[in-house]
Amino acid sequence: MAERLLEVDGLKVQFATEDGVVRAVDGVDFTLDRGKVLGIVGESGSGKSVTAMTLLGLTRDKNTIFEGEVRYKGQSLLDLPESKLQEIRGNELAMIFQDPMTSMNPVYRVGDQIVEAITTHEDISSRDAKRRAVELLKQVGIPNPERRVDDYPHQFSGGMRQRAMIAMALANNPDVLIADEPTTALDVTIQAQIIELIDRLKDDFNSAVILITHDLGVVAEVADEIIVMYAGRVVEHGGKRPVFYDPQHPYAWGLLGSIPRLDRPRPEKLASIKGAPPSLINPPRGCKFRPRCPHAFEKCHEEPPLANRVEDPGHLDRCWLSVEQKRELREATIRGEVVA
Amino acid sequence: MVAFLIRRFVGMVLVLIAVSFIVFLIFIVVPGGDPAQRIAGRTATAQNIENIRHDWGFDQPFYVQYKDMMQKAFTNDLVSYSNQTEVVTQIKQGLPATFSLAIGAGIIWLFWGIVVGVFSAVRAGRWSDRLVTVLALIGISMPVFWLGLIVRYYLAEGGITTFFPDGGYVPLTENPVQWFSHLVLPWTVLSVLFIGFYGRVLRGNILDSINEDYVRTARAKGLNPQRVMVKHVLRNSLIPIVTLFGLDFAAVLGGGAILTETVFDLHGVGQYAADAIGSFDLPPIMGVTLFGAFFIVFFSAVVDAFYALLDPRIRPT
Repeated sequence: MAERLLEVDGLKVQFATEDGVVRAVDGVDFTLDRGKVLGIVGESGSGKSVTAMTLLGLTRDKNTIFEGEVRYKGQSLLDLPESKLQEIRGNELAMIFQDPMTSMNPVYRVGDQIVEAITTHEDISSRDAKRRAVELLKQVGIPNPERRVDDYPHQFSGGMRQRAMIAMALANNPDVLIADEPTTALDVTIQAQIIELIDRLKDDFNSAVILITHDLGVVAEVADEIIVMYAGRVVEHGGKRPVFYDPQHPYAWGLLGSIPRLDRPRPEKLASIKGAPPSLINPPRGCKFRPRCPHAFEKCHEEPPLANRVEDPGHLDRCWLSVEQKRELREATIRGEVVA
Repeated sequence: MVAFLIRRFVGMVLVLIAVSFIVFLIFIVVPGGDPAQRIAGRTATAQNIENIRHDWGFDQPFYVQYKDMMQKAFTNDLVSYSNQTEVVTQIKQGLPATFSLAIGAGIIWLFWGIVVGVFSAVRAGRWSDRLVTVLALIGISMPVFWLGLIVRYYLAEGGITTFFPDGGYVPLTENPVQWFSHLVLPWTVLSVLFIGFYGRVLRGNILDSINEDYVRTARAKGLNPQRVMVKHVLRNSLIPIVTLFGLDFAAVLGGGAILTETVFDLHGVGQYAADAIGSFDLPPIMGVTLFGAFFIVFFSAVVDAFYALLDPRIRPT
């Protein structure tokens, strides 16, 4: 069995703001084994980025309250002192971000920024570090890396910058690579390349990947397991195939319906989920998706637990509808024929 | 690079011509500006004034007068209307005091401005930040002539102590210790305003930069907070400070610290300008204005060069 790298147990993250307490993450559980890809899917404000940043301790602040457990190789990260966390950050857990145009410091050379990542965690001469930076740029597919290593970020295209960001994140051969919307800011043609690159490098570097996205299409290709998040909670959790072929939560149906697909008859209009995500300060009572759900009924005023309701024991969801009802209602909902 | 220098040089010449011409025009237009009458004195006859007017060329058309004055300015023949001293020589005499004031104060205000800015940004929202903010606003609001006089009264004239010398300037070459002790109060008074101002500007810049994505990247790399602050936040926040400093420093260097120089009787270029304005004496005003404008234009070119050094995105490729 593959080595267990991460265990997240009942994670809650709350921000105290002037308007009240924002429950950004409200109960998330998952585990991650070496060599696996976990996809976390949800729309803006669903808590997926906060979850990821919390793993690295980047949400730590005097106004942030954490609950639950995050264990990396058995070591609890939430109580780790900042200085210890710095040793893990960028070294064993590394992260790449959404917008490669702004994620690199414009005033330093690309190579120097990679070298900085290396020398922060390793006692190595800057010449050797630079040699490794060139090697990394080559691995992520930057042509002419010996020359491009001395370029500034603005001399790179968006796709190249994201490749360089990946090189920077992999500089210390991390166990876990967290990619927060790594393709959202890129051209469609580049998106697939970047995802393939991450998938390939995961094997080369023997790491695990958490891939965060709002686009189910992105995780369809590479994820082993998928978590669907809504309003800070996990609403569906399972293997990739079960979540794609037997989705249980109406929110997941909505997400599936909003991807244009070539293998199905073309709908008149691309389906969308009506309304906006709820306030995280004053969330609706019961199921958080109730106000937008076309199938909500009386019972939904009570919050459904995340539980296994189908035959596959690893497939969990948070919906009161019976499995039969779900399978019956699903297709029409995905096609956008049933709306709230 | 050569093209840049040539462009800046041409620009500099044009600005100096424009500045001098405007100063000249103002002088002609304002009432009571007839220099012949001033040179002739109170008891002069009409004939006397007429003779002076002719001898000094005040009866020529204004553009001829302007041309003459510009020629004189660059051949060291410009003399004061009120006491016939050579303007360029007078400015040269004021240089050591003005440069000593500007360089010393510049170092002080830049250093403390950065310290105040970083401190209040790091502690943003806490009581120490609020205290520093209030102090900075007080510093910005205190007029130099008032603060200068208060400081002189209490620290030099015996209000509290007579520890500091009461105004005047001692050349560095004559007595370095005296030079220093005579300049401590002027440096401080001149710096107070700038420290408060720079601190506020830098605080805002830092708080903007701190939310940049690349700062988050730097933290995600595992850098310690000090390194993130110095290398990634401060480096980018200081770029606007360079502009401010270049122009403020140039203004003080070019005799712009008129009030400080006058209050502390430093006999620098600024005080010379103040005296000339007081006696409505065009040649020294013209001389000092050109001198100051030169520094402003020169330093704005230096600032642009520094910009390219600090930010690779605006470097010519």
